[in-house]
Amino acid sequence: MAIPWTEVWEITWRSLRVAGAATFLAALLGLPLGVWLGARPRRGGCGAQVVLYAAMGLPPVVVGLVFYVLLSRSGPLGGSGLLFTQTAMVLAEAVLAFPMVAGFTMAGVRARAEGVRRLVRGLGGSERQVLTTLLWESRRPIVAALAAGFGSAISEVGAATIVGGDIRHHTRVLTTAVVLETRKGELQSALALGAVLLGVTLVVTAILVVWGEKR
Amino acid sequence: MKKLVFLATFFSLALAGGSMRLATTTSVNDSGLLDYILPGFTRETGVEVQVIAVGTGQALAIAGRGDADAVLVHAPSLEAEFLRAGKGVAHACLAYNNFVIAGPAADPAGVARAADAVEAMRRIYESGVLFISRGDNSGTYNREQQLWRAAGLDPRGQPWYLESGSGMGATLTLASEKSAYTLTDLGTYLFMKDKVALADLFNRPERLMLNQYSYMVVNPERFPGLNTEAAYRLRAYLLREDVQRKIGSYLKDRFGQSLFNPLFGRCLVEVQP
Repeated sequence: MAIPWTEVWEITWRSLRVAGAATFLAALLGLPLGVWLGARPRRGGCGAQVVLYAAMGLPPVVVGLVFYVLLSRSGPLGGSGLLFTQTAMVLAEAVLAFPMVAGFTMAGVRARAEGVRRLVRGLGGSERQVLTTLLWESRRPIVAALAAGFGSAISEVGAATIVGGDIRHHTRVLTTAVVLETRKGELQSALALGAVLLGVTLVVTAILVVWGEKR
Repeated sequence: MKKLVFLATFFSLALAGGSMRLATTTSVNDSGLLDYILPGFTRETGVEVQVIAVGTGQALAIAGRGDADAVLVHAPSLEAEFLRAGKGVAHACLAYNNFVIAGPAADPAGVARAADAVEAMRRIYESGVLFISRGDNSGTYNREQQLWRAAGLDPRGQPWYLESGSGMGATLTLASEKSAYTLTDLGTYLFMKDKVALADLFNRPERLMLNQYSYMVVNPERFPGLNTEAAYRLRAYLLREDVQRKIGSYLKDRFGQSLFNPLFGRCLVEVQP
């Protein structure tokens, strides 16, 4: 291995923190939006659905480029000095995770909305009780939404490279490290890092799923 | 535990002296040269250097937008342009090696028999054997274009002319997989030699094949908030005689030749604004 294991753990820990923060940020806005869109009584149009589903295909490099231009010293937010920092990576990855979280939440909630509403209302419940029951019944798709958001954040490399810069000990994460090692021809290191990335994603997803199923 | 103590001192030192950003080319970073040279600077000054390793064209673009404090690049014509535009100051030549034409050992185009680099390029052109270009505005790509121009040839659009759009390491791998020719800097070639099936068919210290690495400080008058003081300190450090010798000694034992020959600030190719 060309990279010492201590550095692999450092990079892994950073990947987790950046992707975790991005997922948290995306969930903060995406969960309420998804629930609201999914729970409201159906009224024909599906504009929000189209926009959210299309945004799931947002190209990370383009999102990275937009943040690069915004955060560059020559850009409108240049004074913030955020380019090539972990904060910039969190922001860009949150934008990528947001449609995943909001979209999957909306789909899951919507699938249950009508049935739950009929049942709760039939038992004499209020609209507020409809919402709480609906949230509870939708916990599994919400877990899936969070897992998808986290997965898109931690596996993304285009935006991380452009706004992070792959600076050692600062903004190097697992995906950018894989690119670097591949570029250097250190395929063994690159594969090992890739395996760590898969492992981390697997463990985090497992924790989320178990947490969702147990309740 | 030792590692922790080391990291702790490293970061406290870094905090004490602040940090600076150096936009540079992949060849000096991926070869490990900067990891070999920069820790000494951080120990002495407490300034931590954050390295952004991209192609020369992109490094100059990042610096030109004020997103780095200094650059270390290898494309004299682009450097001159950068200085002319008032984007950079305090240009200094640090080291050199040479460009190499690498290709399949069988050498179907007869590059090794060429009298000079221009003839070598012409032989590739006439043979129609695959050639992989970086195609990315890097220092190496700029030199490749210069060589084609010197030969009076334009390979663009030829079926055997492929643009990889990726770094030197990846391009060497691609050339190796496709049994193609490519132009590479000597440092990356030596570093990758064991991992690719490519021979250094044209490896001569000709003027056109000279590969010179330079350092520039980003013009502090254009952007507020740059760490120009640190950029000048790093410049002085890199030009110091003992550090220059250290650059020259990097991996010399392993490869039997210097990857980067020190220039002590004396340019072989003048870079005039």
